[in-house]
Amino acid sequence: MPPTIDRRGAALRGPSAVDVALEVNGERVVVHVPPRRTLLDALREQLGLTGTKKVCDEGTCGACTVLVDGRPVYSCLTLAIACENRRVETIEGLAKDGELHPVQRAFVDTDAFQCGFCTPGQVMSIVALLRTVPQPTEDDVKRAVAGNLCRCGAYPNIVAAGVSAGRRKRT
Amino acid sequence: MTLAPPRPGARVKVRGVIGEPAPREDAVPKVKGEFQYASDLWREGMLHGATLRSPYPFARIRKVDVSAAAKLPGVRAVLTQDDVPGKKTYGLMDRDDQPVLADGYVRFVGEPVAVVAADTIEQARAATKAIVLEYEVLEPTFDPIAAIQPSAAKLHPKGNVLERVRILHGDPAAKADVVVEGEYEFAMQDQAALGPEAGLAIPREDGGVTLHVATQWLHEDLDQLAPCLGLPESKVRIVLSGVGGAFGAREDTSIQIHACLLALKTRRAVRMTYGREESFFGHVHRHPARLFYAHGATKKGELVFVRATIVLDGGAYASSSSAVVANAGSFAAGPYRVPNAVVDCVGARTNNPPTGAMRGFGAVQSCFAYEAQMDKLAKACGLDAVEIRMRNGLVEGDAIITSQPLVGSAPIAEIVRRCASLPLPETAAHRDQSELPGGHANVTRGEGVVRGVGYAVGFKNVCYSNGFDDFATARVRLFADAEGPLARVHTAAAEVGQGINTVQLQIARTELGIERVELETADTNVGSAGSSSASRQTWMTGHAVLQACREVRQELVRRAEREGLTLDRTDLADLLDRPIEKTVTYRHQDTEKRRPDGQSRGHVAFMFAAHRAVVDVDVETGLVKVVQVATAQDVGKAINPLGVIGQIEGGIAQGVGLAVMEELIVEKGRIRNASFTDYLIPTILDMPPVIADVIEHPHPDGPYGAKGVGEAPTISSTAAVVAAIRAATNRDLERVPVRPDDIVFGTSSRSGWRIAPGDDPRRAVRG
Ligand code: FES
Ligand code: FES
Repeated sequence: MPPTIDRRGAALRGPSAVDVALEVNGERVVVHVPPRRTLLDALREQLGLTGTKKVCDEGTCGACTVLVDGRPVYSCLTLAIACENRRVETIEGLAKDGELHPVQRAFVDTDAFQCGFCTPGQVMSIVALLRTVPQPTEDDVKRAVAGNLCRCGAYPNIVAAGVSAGRRKRT
Repeated sequence: MTLAPPRPGARVKVRGVIGEPAPREDAVPKVKGEFQYASDLWREGMLHGATLRSPYPFARIRKVDVSAAAKLPGVRAVLTQDDVPGKKTYGLMDRDDQPVLADGYVRFVGEPVAVVAADTIEQARAATKAIVLEYEVLEPTFDPIAAIQPSAAKLHPKGNVLERVRILHGDPAAKADVVVEGEYEFAMQDQAALGPEAGLAIPREDGGVTLHVATQWLHEDLDQLAPCLGLPESKVRIVLSGVGGAFGAREDTSIQIHACLLALKTRRAVRMTYGREESFFGHVHRHPARLFYAHGATKKGELVFVRATIVLDGGAYASSSSAVVANAGSFAAGPYRVPNAVVDCVGARTNNPPTGAMRGFGAVQSCFAYEAQMDKLAKACGLDAVEIRMRNGLVEGDAIITSQPLVGSAPIAEIVRRCASLPLPETAAHRDQSELPGGHANVTRGEGVVRGVGYAVGFKNVCYSNGFDDFATARVRLFADAEGPLARVHTAAAEVGQGINTVQLQIARTELGIERVELETADTNVGSAGSSSASRQTWMTGHAVLQACREVRQELVRRAEREGLTLDRTDLADLLDRPIEKTVTYRHQDTEKRRPDGQSRGHVAFMFAAHRAVVDVDVETGLVKVVQVATAQDVGKAINPLGVIGQIEGGIAQGVGLAVMEELIVEKGRIRNASFTDYLIPTILDMPPVIADVIEHPHPDGPYGAKGVGEAPTISSTAAVVAAIRAATNRDLERVPVRPDDIVFGTSSRSGWRIAPGDDPRRAVRG
């Protein structure tokens, strides 16, 4: 897990709510948050970005995975204030111009979910993987989503989705 | 055959029909994060609900004082039992069983005592802490066998025996050459759906309420909810919200009644969402069980008798215990020809957390025990695991121990044979540390790793049994818009991830011959579809949609005839100047109620699966790696082959989890591991490769021959994994899940009760 607290920001602000500027899915937004608010709650409750899921709220399931400056983090273990002026990517930002992201497409085609509750987190973990390993093996995919639980047990298809997404080109 | 040149509007090949691997209907919104789950619901100005729960397993409430809580900032309502305007109790199968809010007593740790609505969730939670309660702590009972003894203290006005089923089949005193016995323990499993219990209740102008909720059975919720709210059903509408997995846990109500009470009281929208820890306290779990078995056979390994006594711990309230007990009893001998059987199965009320539905529903508990017994018997008779199962497997026309003959395919020998012939994995080389049991946590070089292979077969009923009036309604509307004919299908079937929505669309496309079919949101504005449980939706709602579509088609034929046209060669839009709408309620054939001797034709149909598990066990550290699971399952007809594979793999994931890691640890009535840090479910690294042989022997009564699919993979996969671990370790392993200590030290897990298999457990002897 990458570090989840950026001490530079957190030490100087608060304790009452403060304005925090974030770049979310390419857009600059300002959220008014108490310093202890997680990025997950800021996204879901304040920005209405409910695609990122809250399952455990304590870093054990991966459902809340988003990318901060391109790296996957558990947004339930990341304070919103620690993301000040950083680039946050969520599931809602992946599809461009009505086109699914290749990882999203691969999830649909390989039936890589059932209830879909873990899916946003799984997709974000694999998106991050593909940026560093464009053609991942099954093992690469497994390791990338080892922290993403799926109770429906769609795991075999998640592996297939990750591998096949690596073979697709973004059109 | 008529030969006609293709012309515009003539039927072209329709895609997405039955038998084709169809992507999920909700796939795109789900991968985009747009699919709205119950915990995502939001409404301007909504309040947040929170629940105060009992800290004691059994206590009398001496005093409740909510005045301080009610005065806190942001608090809009604080409700206790006195504020329930209608019926004060509810329950899935017994409406008089469980208080909406504690009724002077609390009977388990986590029982709801009061609910609060406030402007923010933090305020609501703070208010629950400000409620003053005085308890008089009472002596709890946690041992289910102790709870059902005649001398035990009564934990509830209705007593401690939730259900008892006694099955007498053939000669109860039959004798056999070879007899094997065993006592088995089955720990508490949790459904652990990732989506928390959640919903949004919105009060209506007319004094009613609309509830958006994640549930498995909208109309059952309605039927429990309306009386408690003191409202007629016409004033309550329930709408299915996105469901993040269910697996049985959403068959009972959770937030439903509480959220509606708060919304009606405050006249504001109220959202309730359980956190993860609360979720573990706020839904029912799988019944833990004690099973005492004796199997008798000829020297050749042909079964002569099965005797079993099974005690299931129902926890503090009834939930669906009566049906779980009936199943555990009914399937207690497995999918085998058993001429003589005595089974005594009791559900006990205790002060443990309530238990109810979970995938496999009673059949999983028995299967773990009877399959262990079959392996013992095989050993005693000098047979192997495959041979003994093929020799005793039921065939079409055979009767199970309730004397019900099997209609349709019962290919036990075939599924065992086909499962056994699937390719085995390569022998372990353990080149990489990560391939060892325990992965990188294993600090050995694999010296102690032993491979084992185990088999198990299971079966269970599809649909509801024992005289239950089981039905499903579908409304199909066919009309034409600018783009041509379009059908809308409306049912109340709960899509919980299993794929019933796609199945409904496939059936409608097949029957109507058009591709443009849409689903209406499931709600209570259409008749009940029954529950998304008992692997019944494909059969029940599938049939209802199929028949409604056929009625629509008949109307099309009539219209075509009136115009002097042939339907197959007519543009449907030409016949749809007026829409056609048909509503059909499908009922499966009647089943019999259970007679006092347990004999009856109580079930509609059965599903069967066989599993073979291959494991690597590190016998020094007790770590297990499930290397592969092979399965053969008779699904009747795979309406959506993609969905069938998903159900098989997902069910096996949960079966593997139960075999080696999943256990809710309950100490003195309190769940000790209510988090995903401590309640472990399989990750992608724990998931073995699955090889599935999907067999399609059509069932005469299923839609297109389909049977249910979802539960069979869970039933015997656990037993197969444990059999494989036994094979690797030579330990008896009579408890599931298997813990490292059990492997290394052979820990005994005896209950301390002496019960002769088949005897009434209400007269058990200690020692
Ligand atoms: S919700 Fe963040 S890891 Fe589970
Ligand atoms: S698809 Fe349901 S939890 Fe992964």
